[in-house]
Amino acid sequence: MISIDNLSKHFGKQQVLFDITTEIGTGEVVAVIGPSGSGKSTFLRCMNLLEMPSSGTIMIDGQNITDKKTNITKVRQNIGMVFQHFHLFPHMTVLKNMIYAPMKVKKVSKKTAVKQAMELLERVGLKDKAESYPSQLSGGQKQRVAIARCLAMEPDIMLFDEPTSALDPEMVKEVLEVMKGLSHTGITMVVVTHEMGFAKEVADRICFMDGGYLLEEAPPAQFFSSPQTERAKQFLDKIL
Amino acid sequence: MNFEKIYEYTEFLLAGTKVTLSYTGYSMLFGFTLGVLLAFLKIQKYKPLQWLAFMYTSIFRGTPLLLQLSLIYFATPQLLDYDITAFQAGIIAFSLNSAAYISETIRGGINAVDKGQAEAALSLGVPYRSMMMQIILPQAFKNTLPALVNESINLLKDTSLLSVIGAMDLMRRAQVVGAKEYIYFEPLLFIGVVYYVLVMALTLLSNILERRLRRSDQH
Repeated sequence: MISIDNLSKHFGKQQVLFDITTEIGTGEVVAVIGPSGSGKSTFLRCMNLLEMPSSGTIMIDGQNITDKKTNITKVRQNIGMVFQHFHLFPHMTVLKNMIYAPMKVKKVSKKTAVKQAMELLERVGLKDKAESYPSQLSGGQKQRVAIARCLAMEPDIMLFDEPTSALDPEMVKEVLEVMKGLSHTGITMVVVTHEMGFAKEVADRICFMDGGYLLEEAPPAQFFSSPQTERAKQFLDKIL
Repeated sequence: MNFEKIYEYTEFLLAGTKVTLSYTGYSMLFGFTLGVLLAFLKIQKYKPLQWLAFMYTSIFRGTPLLLQLSLIYFATPQLLDYDITAFQAGIIAFSLNSAAYISETIRGGINAVDKGQAEAALSLGVPYRSMMMQIILPQAFKNTLPALVNESINLLKDTSLLSVIGAMDLMRRAQVVGAKEYIYFEPLLFIGVVYYVLVMALTLLSNILERRLRRSDQH
């Protein structure tokens, strides 16, 4: 479980997150939506401390990760993150990308790591690409490898930072399918997305953000049919 | 032109190649190691160490290499009462000097690697050190390879300054032959060709290396 309490973040003088408080249950799938610049990505990046919160606390399964004494490297092993621009390691093959962290960080033997990587690649439909370099893959394939690379660390939590925003329209579906498949596995997922169809269908809860505030939280059916805040109404009017 | 006169010195002159190359090789090795270290000092966050590294570069870039070489060779016996050999002085001066330049090249290369690479590695729980050594540096090297080859070519040619402190490199040997036979054009031209061939060989080597490293970029 992720408990976020009074989270604020400043970049210099500018405040980008204002007193965000929420809880994300184990196995829950949360879609964070809102206009660009609303602080969605920063909010997500605070959860694995790629951004250091200016104030407030984040507890993951009872452990305060914002505490200076916490070994953040250790915490991150349990939190996968998928980026908009994939960030595969370009000098390594797909297989090497996948086995690097398990071998380096979890000290898994090469044999075990390769076996697991191949299973994961099969799951995302890219078994035949194991020996390819990232530059030889399409955007959708890259993102599926990036997801598989995270899964190789067997995380309890997965963070998705606009995973389909940099993709050609035709490739969005293949990535969303993989994510949909994941949502039934008990992994906690926090997804920053502009894919309303996905949010509606897959998420257990919608978090709507604007201007650095978490304005509304509701199950998708309720949020999309009868949003409570004026801002959410406006937002939905414009996009749906 | 009379190359017959220096014909008997061919072997003597060519022996300088080994000397020149060994100075270049060792200096490149030490200079590179120190350069990477300095680059790390420059990108880490602790200000005094950062300042130290930038100061270092500033001094070694801001003064002539010949002066640095002379200081190390001629002033060490006076200051430390240690009789430093030309070989030691040469390696130390060239290593320290090239480290200053290499550190800037590497720093630029590291900064040019997409920030997302570090974020991806960190989010996988990879420790900082491993991330630097296995994710960031290999990409930084690839980007800076042409600049690093340039630096080693400069170093190779700069070793001709060694003749000033009496090391028997190519340059010095040409001068010796010239002094013996009272002809200068031929021995100097001869080693000029040798230098050129060495530089070309280095360039060829780097082209091969670069092509190998670019394998991952193929589409």
